[in-house]
Amino acid sequence: MKSVIPREVESLWTLFTAPTVWAIHFLGCYAAVAVYCAKAASLDFGFAVVRLALGGLTVLALMAIVLSAYLAWRQWGFGSGDPPHDEPTRRDRTLFQGFATLLLSGLSFVAVVYAAIPLIFIAECQR
Amino acid sequence: MVELGNFSPEERAAQEERLRSVWKTPGGWRYWTSVNNSEIGLWYGVTAFAFMLFAGLLGLLMRAQLATPNNDLISADLYNQAFTLHGTVMMFLFAVPIFEAVAIFLLPSMLGARELPFPRLSAFGFWSFLLGGIFVCGSIFFDSAPNAGWFMYPPLATDKEYAGIGADIWLLGLSFIEVASIAAAVEIIVGIMKCRAPGMRINMMPMFAWYLLIVAGMILFAFPPLIAGDILFEMERMFDWPFFDVSRGGDPLLWQHLFWIFGHPEVYIVFLPAIALMAMIVPTFSQRPIVGYSWIVLAAVGTGFLSFGLWVHHMFTTGLPQISLAFFSAASEAVAIPTGVQIFVFIATMLAGRVIFSVPMLFGAGGLAIFTIGGLTGVMVALAPFDWQAHDTYFIVAHLHYVLIGGMFFPIVAGIYYYFPFVTGKKLSAAWGKLAFWLMFVGFNLGFFPMHLSGLRGMPRRVFTYPEEFGWNLFNLVSTVGAFIFAAGVATFVIDILRPKPKTSGRNLNPWSAGTLEWTNDPQESWGMRSVPIITSRYPLWEQPDLQANIEAGRYYLPDAKSGKRETLVTSVLDAEPIQCLRVGGVSYVPMISALALGGVFIALTFHWWIPTIICAIITLIAIVWWLWTGTAQIPEAEKVDVGLGQELPVYVSGPASVGWWAMFITMVGDGTAFASLIFGYFFYWTVHDDFTTGAPGPGALWPMVALSLFIIAWLLTIVARHLNARGHPGCRLALAAGIFATVAACLAGLAGPYFHGMDPTSNVYPATVWVIVIWTVVHGAVGIVMQAYCLARNFAGRMTTEYDQDIRNVTLYWHFMAFTAVITFAVLGLFPMVSA
Repeated sequence: MKSVIPREVESLWTLFTAPTVWAIHFLGCYAAVAVYCAKAASLDFGFAVVRLALGGLTVLALMAIVLSAYLAWRQWGFGSGDPPHDEPTRRDRTLFQGFATLLLSGLSFVAVVYAAIPLIFIAECQR
Repeated sequence: MVELGNFSPEERAAQEERLRSVWKTPGGWRYWTSVNNSEIGLWYGVTAFAFMLFAGLLGLLMRAQLATPNNDLISADLYNQAFTLHGTVMMFLFAVPIFEAVAIFLLPSMLGARELPFPRLSAFGFWSFLLGGIFVCGSIFFDSAPNAGWFMYPPLATDKEYAGIGADIWLLGLSFIEVASIAAAVEIIVGIMKCRAPGMRINMMPMFAWYLLIVAGMILFAFPPLIAGDILFEMERMFDWPFFDVSRGGDPLLWQHLFWIFGHPEVYIVFLPAIALMAMIVPTFSQRPIVGYSWIVLAAVGTGFLSFGLWVHHMFTTGLPQISLAFFSAASEAVAIPTGVQIFVFIATMLAGRVIFSVPMLFGAGGLAIFTIGGLTGVMVALAPFDWQAHDTYFIVAHLHYVLIGGMFFPIVAGIYYYFPFVTGKKLSAAWGKLAFWLMFVGFNLGFFPMHLSGLRGMPRRVFTYPEEFGWNLFNLVSTVGAFIFAAGVATFVIDILRPKPKTSGRNLNPWSAGTLEWTNDPQESWGMRSVPIITSRYPLWEQPDLQANIEAGRYYLPDAKSGKRETLVTSVLDAEPIQCLRVGGVSYVPMISALALGGVFIALTFHWWIPTIICAIITLIAIVWWLWTGTAQIPEAEKVDVGLGQELPVYVSGPASVGWWAMFITMVGDGTAFASLIFGYFFYWTVHDDFTTGAPGPGALWPMVALSLFIIAWLLTIVARHLNARGHPGCRLALAAGIFATVAACLAGLAGPYFHGMDPTSNVYPATVWVIVIWTVVHGAVGIVMQAYCLARNFAGRMTTEYDQDIRNVTLYWHFMAFTAVITFAVLGLFPMVSA
C-alpha cells in the first residue's frame, strides 16, 4: 500500500527539520511584530490580528513538528529497540537518526510553545 | 567481512619509508611552509594561547587600576584601549581560533583520516589569523588600539574624534580573521562529513565531531552578519556613507542587530567545542561509554539552533517593542534545556562509571561548576525586567566571565592536560596541575564573584575609576586579589607546559586508556594513521581487539604511498563507505603568500593607502589563481588506484560527490548569509522611516531589470557551457566567452541604475544602502567573470576535459548562488520602492 506520508529519506538533513521549523516560526513572529509595530500607523488592522495570525502560524509550526516527530518515531521503529544504537549496522544507524530526530522534535515543540507564550500575554506594541 | 592485508616485515618497512617521505615535514626555515594538520594545529593553538596571555595581562592591568578608588595607575584612555582589546582578543583571537586549532589538530586522528580535505586552506587560515592578530594586538603599543568596547557601538565608534584609527584596525583586522574562521568552518564540515574512516557511520562518530560539525555550521550563519556589519561600518568611516548616522536617516541599532546576530551564537561557538572536549574526557576517566549519545546530539543541535534566537537579549534596553523582547526572553530560557541536558549527561556518565579524578577531570568538573553558576545568572538576565536593572553593570561582567571561563577556559585547560601526551608523547605533571587548578579555581571565584555584588550595587562596567564613597571599594580590592591569584594559576600551568620534561621510558601511546581512535596515533610520525582502519564501535580502542596492532601493521586501507602523493580516504556521509582516494595538497608557499597579500590589502586599507591596497589585491588574486591552477582538480595518472584490502577507488570525482563541490556550497551558504544581512539592513531602514527613500531618487526599475536579465543570461550560458563540456562539444568555449561578456554587461547595467539616477551615497542612508547592495552583487559578478575565464583557460590548457570537469561543475554551483543574489538584489532595489509606495 502506498503511504501518504513520505517514505523514509536517506539523508542527514532530516535531523534538522524540527529545529528549522522552530527557526522559521521564531523569525516569522519576530519579523511580523517588528514590521507591524514600526508601521502600525499606516496599517488599518489592529494588533489583535497580528496575534491571531501568529497564533495560526504557531499551530502550523506545531503541526509540522508533530509530523516530523511521527516520521522520526517511525524511523526509530516506533520505539522497538532501546538506545544506545551503537551497532555497526545500517539498521542501528537509522534507529539512531530516528531517535535523535524525535528528541529534537520534542525540544523544538517546547521552544515553539515558549515563543508563543508572549502572544497570549502581551496585547500591544508597548515600548 | 573484508580480509585484512598481510605484509612481510620488509614490505612494511618499505611502506613506512614511502609514507614517511610523502608526509615529511620540511626542515630548516622551510618548516614554515608545512601544511600538515599537526603543524598547523599546533601553531594555531600556540598563537591563540599567546594572544590569550597577552589579553590576560591587559585584564590584570585593569584589575590593578580598579583595586582602589580614584586610582591613577593608568589613564582613562589607556584603560579604554585595554578593556576593548581585552574583550576583542579573548573572543576573536583566543576563544574561536583555539577551537579551530584543536579541531585541525585532532579531527583527522579522531575520524581516522590522514589529513583534513584542504590542508592548504588551513594553512591559509592560520597565516591570516597570525597576521591579523598581530596587527590588532600591536596597535596598543602605538597608542592606537580600538577603544570603544569590544562590540564597537556607533555613534561612539564612528566618531572620528574619539575612536581614531583604532576602530578601523578593529574592523579590518577582524574582518580578515573572520575570513580565516569561515575557511576553518569549510574545512571542518567537509572533513567530518566526508573523511571519516570506513565504517564510522554517523551513529559511531566521536562526540567531538558531532559538536564541531554543529559549531562549524553555526560559524557559517553567525560570522557573515558581522562581516556585513563591518562593511557598512567601514563604508561609513572611510567614505562617510551614513549607515549609522541618525541625522542622515541611519540608525545605530542596525549595528547592534548585526553584531549580536553574530555575537550571541559566538558564545555557543566557543562553548560547544569546549564541552566537546569534556565529552571526550569524561568517558575516558569514567572508563565507560558516554551515557545518552543521542541526547548529546540533541543538546548540540538544539543549542546550535536556539542560540540564534537570543541576540536581542543584549538589546533589552534599546526600546524595542516589549513583545519582541518577550520572544527573545522565551528563547533565552529555552536554550537552558539543551544546555542542562549535556551537563546531566556528564553527571550520569560519571555516576555510571568509576571516576578517576585526574587533573583533566579536576579542570573539567571545576569548569562545569563555574559554568553552572554563570548559566543560572544567565537565566536571571534573560528576564527583561531583571536585565533592565543589571544591564551594563558589573553583574553582567561577572555573568559573562563565569560562562566563558567556566564553559570555555577551564575545559580547554582540561583538554590541554588530556591531549598533551597525544601531541608530545609526555604527560604534564599531576602535582603542578593540581596546584594550578586550585589557584585558578579559588582565584577565579574570589576575583569574579564579588563583581555580582558590586554590579548589584550599581557599579557600571567600563569605568576606569570610581569615587570612594560609593561602597564598591572592598569588592574591587577582593576582585583584584582574586584576579592575581587566578593569574598565578595560569602561570603555573604555563610553566608546567614549558619546563623541560624527563625522558619517558617505553612507548605508551594511550596513557589514559582512552577508547577513541586518536590515541592510536604515534606523535613521532607525521602520517597520522599508519593505515586507515575499519571502525565498528564508538570506542574502537576499547571494543575492537587488535586494532592498534592491525593499524600499525598496515593491515587496513592506504597502507602505502606508492603514488608519492598525500592521500586520504573519502567515505559516504551516512554509512562511511569508501568512495574516493582523495589527494590533498602538500607543502607549499602559496597559502602563506596568499594570506600575507590578503593581509596587506586589509592593512593598507586601514591607513587609506590606496595604491598598496590595489597592488596587494592583485598579488592575492594571482596567488589564489596560481594555487587553484597548480593544486586543485589535477588530472590523475590513472582513473582508479589501489587503496588496499583488494579495493580500487577513483582519484578524481566531480559534482556533489567531490569535496570541492561541498566546499563551494558551504562557502556560498556563508556568503549568502552575509548578503541576507545586507538585505535585512535595507528592510530595517524601511521599517524605521515612514518614507524610507526620503524623496531621494531610487535606481528606477529599468536598469535593475536589465541587469537582472543579463545576469540570468550569464547564468544560463554557464549551465549550457557545463553541458556542452560534458558532451565534449567545442561550443563550451563559445558559451563561456559569451557568459563573460554577458556578466560584464550585467555588472555595468547594475551600476547604471544608481549612477544615472544621481544617487549620492553620502546624502542619505537610502542611496547608500542601494549602492552597497549593488556593489556587493557587482563584486560577485566580477568573481563570476574570473571563474568563467578560469574554466575557459583550463579548457584550452587541456586541464578541464569531458571526463575531468570539477572546475566547471563548481563554477556552475557558484553561478546558481550568483543568479539567486542577482534576482534578490534587483527585484528588491528595482521593484520594492514601487510596491511600498
